[in-house]
Amino acid sequence: MQTSDANAATIETTGTSEDVLDRTWQSPPGFPGWFLHVNHRSIGKRFIATAFLFLLIGGVEALVMRLQLSRPGNTLLSPDLYNQFFTMHGTTMMFFFAVPVMEGFAIYLTPLMIGARDMAFPRLNAFGYYVYLIAGVALYISFFLGMAPDAGWFAYVPLSTKEYSPGMRMDVWATMITFIELSALVAAVELIVTILKLRAPGMSLHRMPLFIWAILVVSFMIMFAMPPVMVASLMLAIDRTAGTHFFNVAAGGDALLWQHLFWFFGHPEVYIIFLPAMGMLSAVIITFSRRRVFGYTPLVLALVATGFIGFGLWVHHMYTAGLPQLGSSFFTAASMIIAIPSGTQIFCWIATLWGSRPDFRPPLLFALGFFGIFILGGLTGVMIASVPFDLQVHDTFFIVAHFHYVLIGGAVFPLLGATFYWFPKITGRMMSDRAGHWSFWLAFTGFNLAFFPMHQLGMIGMPRRVYTYIDGLGWNGLNLLATVGAFVFAAGIVVFVLDALISMRSGPIAGRNPWNADTLEWSTSSPPPNYNFREIPVIEGRYALWDATGANPHVVGLRDDRREVLVTTVLDAHPQCISILPGPSPWPLAMAASVSVAFIGMLWSMWWVPVGFALTFVAMIGWHWPRHHVRRPPWEEKERPED
Amino acid sequence: MRRSAKCLFCLLTLATLFTTACEQEKKHLRRVPPGGTVTRGVHQTELQPGPMIPFQHRRNPFAGNSHAIAEGKKLYSQFNCAGCHANGGGAIGPPLMDNEWIYGSAAENIFATIVEGRPQGMPAYGGRIVEYQIWQIVAYVRSMSDLDKDTAAKPLIQQAQQEESIDEAQQ
Amino acid sequence: MTGRAVTLGLAFVLLSGCDGVQSMLEPRGPHAARIATLWWVMLAVCTVVLLIACGLVLAAVFRGRGSDETELSLKQQRSLVIAGGVVAPVLVLLGFLVYSVKISQAMIAEPANALRIEIVGHQWWWQVSYPGEGRTDLNVTTANEIHIPVGRPVSIELRSRDVIHSFWAPNLHGKTDVIPGRKTHTWIQADAPGTWRGQCAEYCGLQHAHMAFLVIAEAPEAFYAWMNAQREPAPEPQSPSAVRGREIFLNGPCMMCHTVRGTLAESTYGPDLTHVASRRTLAAATISNTRGHRAGWVLDPQVIKPGTQMPPMNLSNEDLHAVLDYLETLR
Repeated sequence: MQTSDANAATIETTGTSEDVLDRTWQSPPGFPGWFLHVNHRSIGKRFIATAFLFLLIGGVEALVMRLQLSRPGNTLLSPDLYNQFFTMHGTTMMFFFAVPVMEGFAIYLTPLMIGARDMAFPRLNAFGYYVYLIAGVALYISFFLGMAPDAGWFAYVPLSTKEYSPGMRMDVWATMITFIELSALVAAVELIVTILKLRAPGMSLHRMPLFIWAILVVSFMIMFAMPPVMVASLMLAIDRTAGTHFFNVAAGGDALLWQHLFWFFGHPEVYIIFLPAMGMLSAVIITFSRRRVFGYTPLVLALVATGFIGFGLWVHHMYTAGLPQLGSSFFTAASMIIAIPSGTQIFCWIATLWGSRPDFRPPLLFALGFFGIFILGGLTGVMIASVPFDLQVHDTFFIVAHFHYVLIGGAVFPLLGATFYWFPKITGRMMSDRAGHWSFWLAFTGFNLAFFPMHQLGMIGMPRRVYTYIDGLGWNGLNLLATVGAFVFAAGIVVFVLDALISMRSGPIAGRNPWNADTLEWSTSSPPPNYNFREIPVIEGRYALWDATGANPHVVGLRDDRREVLVTTVLDAHPQCISILPGPSPWPLAMAASVSVAFIGMLWSMWWVPVGFALTFVAMIGWHWPRHHVRRPPWEEKERPED
Repeated sequence: MRRSAKCLFCLLTLATLFTTACEQEKKHLRRVPPGGTVTRGVHQTELQPGPMIPFQHRRNPFAGNSHAIAEGKKLYSQFNCAGCHANGGGAIGPPLMDNEWIYGSAAENIFATIVEGRPQGMPAYGGRIVEYQIWQIVAYVRSMSDLDKDTAAKPLIQQAQQEESIDEAQQ
Repeated sequence: MTGRAVTLGLAFVLLSGCDGVQSMLEPRGPHAARIATLWWVMLAVCTVVLLIACGLVLAAVFRGRGSDETELSLKQQRSLVIAGGVVAPVLVLLGFLVYSVKISQAMIAEPANALRIEIVGHQWWWQVSYPGEGRTDLNVTTANEIHIPVGRPVSIELRSRDVIHSFWAPNLHGKTDVIPGRKTHTWIQADAPGTWRGQCAEYCGLQHAHMAFLVIAEAPEAFYAWMNAQREPAPEPQSPSAVRGREIFLNGPCMMCHTVRGTLAESTYGPDLTHVASRRTLAAATISNTRGHRAGWVLDPQVIKPGTQMPPMNLSNEDLHAVLDYLETLR
């Protein structure tokens, strides 16, 4: 980022037209040009599309697993294959769908919501996407080669060490996890800087949309939560390949160390998935109730509180590991306390919705679905926060039911609603209301049919991660019901996705603001132009469009012929300086490929690591090579002729 | 590149990967028909009375298979190979990690050694260990000296882990 | 084949009732009873909370239909949020917390006269031993089946031979992980005679699904009779077929992994078979212990538990029957 001082912002530029601006911010068309894109809308769309693809793949894995479990003693999947399936399902959903899709929406919407033309580090954004893509492709190539990881998405040691998981399967897992968390960290850094420094003037912190607050909190959580799992998976990787002994008990390692490190990440991870959905819900509820939200400050505080408290819960995944009772009880208290911010949010939304006679269009339906499903999941969560109860249901289908209720209810339903809601903005067309209703009811009914019986299954003795079960234990009927429900739920998702694909081509054209919403992204055309905003607005209130007085104050002085964004202060968004962003560049892909050489090559030989390092070094040099137009300060350009 | 050429390239790559790299990672769980307990080793010489019958070389069906090497490692410790060979370094028996093979280092030779026993102390395990498990041990032993590509556990320390657990279990 | 084999576990009708033999909702001991009560209380409270919350949501969106839009006053909104979002949760959660901690404390306190058992988790079976008060001749070792006297606390030391497993008999108590390199501990008690099933509850590899065990609670006299019988070494086989069977056992792969006390077979890799015919199940409570199942298990365990350590055997028909006759004598 090259900056010039604030004086430059007041130099009037003359004779520039919208076309120049458009050309400045344009991304190269065509196939090779696809690899050079750095603009946030492009990267955001890629994240969302890739994540939805992984959702579908993970969903197919789940359906196959449910088919296997539909009757006792079924032989559809061998134990080895089943173990690969459930590991891939969990890994895909948690690492390759849930977090990236939220990141994708964040990357797409954040600059639009805060009045910026792009994010703070466009090339870093693209790099994050390529790392994600390469990690996902590498993981799934391993699946096609019949060597998918098979020790669970949580990969407990010693089962995941070389001794008990021979071959390269868990090496693939360990390296790909480190790799994809790199992508998450990159996105988090990007989002924090963008949100704190690139907001339009007048959008002080207490005027930010709740979605932006959610993303800000989540990004900080990612920065603290991802490093432990990267460290842990790296430790596992080198235990397996280089003969270290972090988790080798006989040599002084500790099997529980893995669990602590993993769950220190794992618990915040679910809040990382869940909080952006809360932000999405706030947006949808505000728009559909046509009201300013009740309790903006408590809602923000709830987000922050959840973010903090979420780091203090991890031992509740380890109640059965023989840890001292007093310590475990502390985590019971923490695990229960975290229900309070969530409860506060829910009641704030209820208060907002009260009597507003909202329009029951699909985004609101999905939001209502959230209430039903998530509250139930949250309540079972409170139950399993209690140590004695958890000692019975830990690692059973009760837990499977619980986390699907909170994740699907708390993240997927809001996500589907949000997708429907922002679809017009992203594609310029509306999705079908009718398909939306169908998909909601299919998903809602199917989900409950599939997962509610699992509560009982867990309590009558069915453990998790079993490829089959014997007859005569009373589990048959409930399993069959769950399988049927899973297919109904899948049908709902399929209807939704098909609707999205078809509507992209032939849905009704959407205007700028088909929902009459309040946030800034709805002031642009649908889809937004390359430069997002013709004029950067000055924000006049918390609800940017609803509080606009019509005077249309805006920023002047940003040049049209290069990519300039206005940098503002953290708290009150006073203009500070200008940042000149890079345009399309091949270096993100080059860097991602170089880093991949190290990570993926590591699976075969450690020698690839220095090779990858050398390539990364070259890519770094290319990336940071001074850009031509910043070699001379702008006020000197008029004096010297162009070379 | 034209679209069809790209598709073909991708498919060919996937097909190649699919067919070549699979074997190492496969877990052979069911052997149909069940493996026998009768094991016959290779002869040490082709000379025999009567007409010459050429060698029927036997390949290790589990050569390079990680799961088999890991199973072989478990069997190595449980059947107490370590009692004489330690963890490959040798004790009262010769080391297995080095390059000196008195009776040959080919898989079939090691197989014969285990089945038939050898003078000066190597017991004959034929009839005591089923054939496919002997092949798994062969795969592991060969991996100790890197004769077979080894992506399985390094022998030493995890070995100690098992022994310690066994010690504890026996106390 | 696998389907048929394990479906034959339907012979679990041996157990007291098909349903509820592996269920926390049918508690048969003090721990499980406390936890089940906790569950019902939490269920009741949470159901009420769920109904109220969902009711409020529905009321919020449906209220005011057919009339002008109404809005809660600021004070009403604030009360709603504070009452529903803060006060109510704090009270409920505090109640749950106190209740939980009290139960935890009650469950830890182990009475003094406990019977001691040591359990070692293997991939994929449970080794059960009753240390004989320091005398190895009084030691009882068996596999996948735990007998306990009714009404007496049983203290269990848990260890693992390989990876993390979890010992769980839901009718009696919550689960405790077995972790290599550590000793974990739990205690259970059965309040009435009966047979229940427990299962490994921590993913431990290929046959995690088939790593179960039985807990059999008996009157003290029956229990001690069982212990005494288990202490005996294997009897001498009488019939020529059984003698031949023992010969095959001792000269073949069997003795490499199994112990039969009273013979030269003393390997501890696999389960102790000294009294295998007295057990109700095989293959870690996967199939019932009938002659037919024994034959199938001996011939090809990989059909029933693919990936298990036990290899298939190539036995002629007579040899197979000889071995089965021998195993029958191991009561």
